[in-house]
Amino acid sequence: MGMPVIIDIPGKKAKEEIFRKVFDYLSSIDEKFSTYKKDSEITKFNEGKIDKKKISPEMGEVLKLSKGTKKLTHGYFDIEKGKKIDPSGLVKGWAIHNAAKILIKNKILNFYLEVGGDIEVMGGPWKIGIRNPFKKNEIIKVLSLRNCGVATSGTYERGLHIYNPKRNYEKADEIASITVIGPNVYEADRFATAAFAMGIAGIDFIEKQEGLEGYMIDKEGIATMTRGFKKYARPN
Amino acid sequence: MATSTLPIGQTPSALGTAPSIRRFGDDEDGGRTISTPASQVVSTPSPTLITNTTSSGKYKNGTYTGSVADAFYGNIQVQVTISGGQITDVTFLQYPNDRQTSIEINSQAMPLLKQETIQAQSANVAGVSGASQSSAAFIQSLSSALGQAI
Repeated sequence: MGMPVIIDIPGKKAKEEIFRKVFDYLSSIDEKFSTYKKDSEITKFNEGKIDKKKISPEMGEVLKLSKGTKKLTHGYFDIEKGKKIDPSGLVKGWAIHNAAKILIKNKILNFYLEVGGDIEVMGGPWKIGIRNPFKKNEIIKVLSLRNCGVATSGTYERGLHIYNPKRNYEKADEIASITVIGPNVYEADRFATAAFAMGIAGIDFIEKQEGLEGYMIDKEGIATMTRGFKKYARPN
Repeated sequence: MATSTLPIGQTPSALGTAPSIRRFGDDEDGGRTISTPASQVVSTPSPTLITNTTSSGKYKNGTYTGSVADAFYGNIQVQVTISGGQITDVTFLQYPNDRQTSIEINSQAMPLLKQETIQAQSANVAGVSGASQSSAAFIQSLSSALGQAI
């Protein structure tokens, strides 16, 4: 996926083997779902080289989950990009959550698991920062999390003050980032993806969902949070 | 006890350039294993490219198209225009999360949600949630465009 994978297991319990298992699983997902790999299942699927009835169980599951997520998010989560499909906005959280299940199955119940800014934790509490979308080395919020997932959807800050929006930008341009905390990172990721696409309305959408909390940052650096978000935030 | 298989913050040369991994705060009591897959690595650009062009002009005038960079959720590709030696326009030729949708969210009367100005926090954290991949891809494409203008 081109992103760093971080597995943090405190204590002496974890053997090299368990890390290997998780890395191997995530690599196998990358082999299947990377739209940038010529031989991945998703690329072949998009090129019409795979019969819909012969897709792998994982691909089948991802397609099914994507369909359900599209409904749930009023179409703002949609894996169809022109004539091709790209389920990346769901695969990442889904894969990390499955990787977390491998750890749990191996009786590792206190861990931090991250792929490129999407995180699932068990045990803890774990102190996790939210990145400043305008300054990538800065944290603007500290969360204290146990047994949940957190994902952030966002875009590079328009630090370049002179640019000419010739294109008609979609709602995804309205906000800088939205961070979603959910019961696991699969939920957090798919809803963060959808909420970001909704622009400013995204935080209201998260507020309406049970079991999700959100923290949205707009272009001016003003954050809006759902009502239950505060319980996760630590004072400085 | 888990062992680190790659030095933190360094880019493994065998795998090509990779985004450097920033650690916030101290190690937890245990191991941290960090790995960057060899595929789709994002090359780390020169950090000086975006800011502070001098009035005498650091760049040659013209329009330059950057490489297509993987932002995970889609591609980012930028086009840069240089006039008078300075950046005067940056246009997105490709941008992730392109959606064709005309469905509006039903917004009933919503409770007013709490707002605050974002403020830098100085805490030791185990990790950070952020949309890093999009940022890196933007920088990659932009630096590739600006690299042609020097």
